[in-house]
Amino acid sequence: MPFQFQFGAVLNRWPFILEGVGLTIGLSLGAILLGTLLALLLTAARQLGPRPVRWLVEAYVEVLRNTPLLVQLFFIFFGLSELKPFGVSLRLSATPAALLAMTLNLAAYCVEIIRAGVDSIHKSQYEAGLSLALSRWQVLRHVVIVPSVAKVWPALSSQFVLIMLASSITSFISTQELSGVTAIIEQDTYRSYESYIVATVLYAVLALLLKGLLAGIGRAAFPRVSGLARIQARGEAA
Amino acid sequence: MMMTSFGADAVWLLVRSVRWTLLLTGIALVMGGLLGAVMALLRLSTNRWLRQGAAGYIGLIQSIPVLMILFQSYYGLPLAGFDLPPLLAAGVSLSIYASAYFAEIWRGAVEAVPHQQWEASASLALTRAHQYRYVILPQALRQALPPTVGFLVQLVKNTSIVSVVGLAELARTAQLVNNATIQPFKVFGLVALIYFLICFPLSRLSRVLERRLHAGRAR
Repeated sequence: MPFQFQFGAVLNRWPFILEGVGLTIGLSLGAILLGTLLALLLTAARQLGPRPVRWLVEAYVEVLRNTPLLVQLFFIFFGLSELKPFGVSLRLSATPAALLAMTLNLAAYCVEIIRAGVDSIHKSQYEAGLSLALSRWQVLRHVVIVPSVAKVWPALSSQFVLIMLASSITSFISTQELSGVTAIIEQDTYRSYESYIVATVLYAVLALLLKGLLAGIGRAAFPRVSGLARIQARGEAA
Repeated sequence: MMMTSFGADAVWLLVRSVRWTLLLTGIALVMGGLLGAVMALLRLSTNRWLRQGAAGYIGLIQSIPVLMILFQSYYGLPLAGFDLPPLLAAGVSLSIYASAYFAEIWRGAVEAVPHQQWEASASLALTRAHQYRYVILPQALRQALPPTVGFLVQLVKNTSIVSVVGLAELARTAQLVNNATIQPFKVFGLVALIYFLICFPLSRLSRVLERRLHAGRAR
């Protein structure tokens, strides 16, 4: 008997699926915001801090980039619960552990990406800013931070989409985001293939929406530089 | 598996499971590389339909999680009449995932070859195949090598995801050892170290190759 697709049982659970989509969006946006913020702080610490701080940031970036997110997740979720410094348990429940792992992981990649942007800003531009009587903070903001983030915005955007897709891995510690609820629906309905087809389509839609959103943010936040950055991105891809 | 403490035999079990991680990486490198090369060539084809078809494939694969590709192969291939053992289903999924990224990396490398190279070789009456073979690919290869090695790191790390279908590679073995010993801090710390020892040299190699590539250019 040929296989009959039966999406009904799966699609009947749409409120539950939507909850999963909601948590996927929440985890992703949370990790993107917190991860970018952490990356900016780490970049500042590396550019401006003393040498040991720089080494620590380098080590952080290398360790996080060269180990799987899944192992980082297990380490945070299971490993930290084993520790009890000063009698305080570090045990996290699944969703905060997932957000923490995604944030720390994304930050390491963003530090590398933002470094490329910061490196592209010549020292003379910094000096030119100071000679125009801008304060140190103004120079940092208008000459260093905004232009360098604008330059690497396309690369950052790809990384944001990748962390959204990687949020599916957090279902391994039973967070009920899209993959997590799909696994539950699969067990309830026995329609494994249909369940995962629905989830796959939803991920593709989420990726498309996120790409659109990030492109819009790029145009709105960096109007002067985004045209240039787009041309450069095209030049690099070509 | 009879063990209650995290001792030498647990460490040995973890170290031995690395061979499955490396085997999966190897399968995805070879099969994903072949499929990726085909997709890169289609993406660069002069035929608009082939170009857009390949672009659609690459865009779709890059928009869905590796975990979903895995479940699609794991549940979908048997329905289509292919009854694959878990190792092959996992290998196929990782290959499909890798092919989309390899295709984009290699397309970029080919497009980085100056256009005059195409025109000059065309003026020597080389066929398109000969242009690729003797003029374009030798130059593109230099461009392609650093990001290809860099992507291998992603591939090694993403083999951990296939642990969900029960294949006893490094991440799955870590879960088993942890269930037996209940010492997650040590177990996952050690496993992270093992992945690091595989991935860090590859990352370094990629960076060295990248620097060597640009050594000739004034910065």
